[in-house]
Amino acid sequence: MYELVEVRKVFRGGDVAVDGISLTVGAGEHVAFIGPSGAGKTTLFRIMNLTLRPSEGAMRFDGVDVAGLSERALRLARTRIGTIYQQHNLVGRLRVVHNVLAGNLGRWSTLTALASLASPRRDAEGATRALAQVGIGEKLYARTDELSGGQQQRVAIARVLVQNPDVILADEPVSSVDPSLALSIVTLLRDLSHESRKTLLMNLHSVELALGFFPRIVGVRDGRVRFDLSAEKVTPELLGELYAGHRDDEVALERFTIGEEFYGRACRPLPGFGK
Amino acid sequence: MAFGLTLLASLRLAQVDPRAFFTPGAAASVARFVGGMFPPKLDAEFLHLMLRPATETIQISVMGTVIAVAIAIPLGLLATSSLTWRGILHERRAEGGARWLGVAGYGVSRAVLSVFRSIPEYVWAFMFVRAVGLGPFPGVLAIGVAYGGMLGKVYSEILEGADPGPLEALRAGGATRLGVIAYGLMPQALPNLVSYTLYRWECAIRASAILGFVGAGGLGQQIELSMRMFQFDEFLTLIGMLLVLVTAVDVVSGQIRRRLVR
Repeated sequence: MYELVEVRKVFRGGDVAVDGISLTVGAGEHVAFIGPSGAGKTTLFRIMNLTLRPSEGAMRFDGVDVAGLSERALRLARTRIGTIYQQHNLVGRLRVVHNVLAGNLGRWSTLTALASLASPRRDAEGATRALAQVGIGEKLYARTDELSGGQQQRVAIARVLVQNPDVILADEPVSSVDPSLALSIVTLLRDLSHESRKTLLMNLHSVELALGFFPRIVGVRDGRVRFDLSAEKVTPELLGELYAGHRDDEVALERFTIGEEFYGRACRPLPGFGK
Repeated sequence: MAFGLTLLASLRLAQVDPRAFFTPGAAASVARFVGGMFPPKLDAEFLHLMLRPATETIQISVMGTVIAVAIAIPLGLLATSSLTWRGILHERRAEGGARWLGVAGYGVSRAVLSVFRSIPEYVWAFMFVRAVGLGPFPGVLAIGVAYGGMLGKVYSEILEGADPGPLEALRAGGATRLGVIAYGLMPQALPNLVSYTLYRWECAIRASAILGFVGAGGLGQQIELSMRMFQFDEFLTLIGMLLVLVTAVDVVSGQIRRRLVR
């Protein structure tokens, strides 16, 4: 699905966010990206969802070099990639139904889009189904900013379901919700992409969730890939090195390695889910 | 310190001198003016005659604001840097061609808006009276152009202030530029856009009174006539009517605002 070769991203002002990452992700794979904050994971995701243009290096999406894409081809490629953000990135003033139906914008004409904004009844069925899948079917006509953080993240997931992409990129989808909700949201994303054979890439702050749910783990630090291993090969030493110098992360890691499982036993891979 | 100096200099240069109120000539003149105002002229014939200019004032303000909005929407959108050339929607845009077109549109629309609002509506009215003759029409045009410049500038600032997060998300999902505007930008900006437009309409009522002084119709023209004819009783009635109009518009726009801006 993805082929990155020595991708670098240098922001105006000279900050190097991604410093030469090479990576291949196959179709249908589930991969977790972990690493301390500021490691460049979010920038990497914004490159992979075709929001940012790499400063150097090449990226192929589904076999096509994205550097040469026309405006229109770029847009079509984007419809195949769904993104879930830490901050939801919904429009709070709109009703839930419109935020969910916004997943259709890649295929809708401007006229259809405006008509749906005026009267969503005709298209509401798709939104209802998606909301039911994420477990908040009754919120269809609620105003989005009246929902809780966890519910809003579910609305964002429903938007991606309506978009129905080949790849789901989830950038820290559970950092702003409490642990039990985090668990259910990660489970939901994992199961949904498993059922529909979507590729799932997730940035995670929690090592425990990453190791519990993902067969393949990529450790990122200082804009580089430190390790790219199957979950069972990730050792405490590797994790210690990855987070060295980041105190909060080290404390959390220590609790994890001495066996204080924050999320409990629910946090285990599906049987037969290895790579 | 600098402020203090500026204030002192302004006092001198603007010839601020409260004593001017208390010279014998001023007192007599004020007495004649105030004395002439009472009782205000309230006979049915005069009120009936003034109904037309009063309606005209409302019509000038409404039509002027409509023209201002018609000018401000296209120019304001072009003058929004986050839509034309800068920021997250343009990250992957190729350098050259299309980008420079965006920058050019941005620059030109900013310049036009700036000219429109730098020239006071009074001066615009003066020019339009020369161009299309006396009456309400030059007043409408003057308010349309001057307020179009102000609205366009403020529209672009409101749009630039919108949270870019939802826009990035829609763009990343494959939405077209218009789709991003309709689902991401407008829902965020609409309350402020409406609210500021209503505020400008309130200002337009007041402005249309001033514009009457250069012959652009409405209550203002009657006020100017009464003053020139030393009919201060008519003057007081007209000022009272203006007060009623301004209050009515404030109430109406307040109602609309409350319903739209939650």
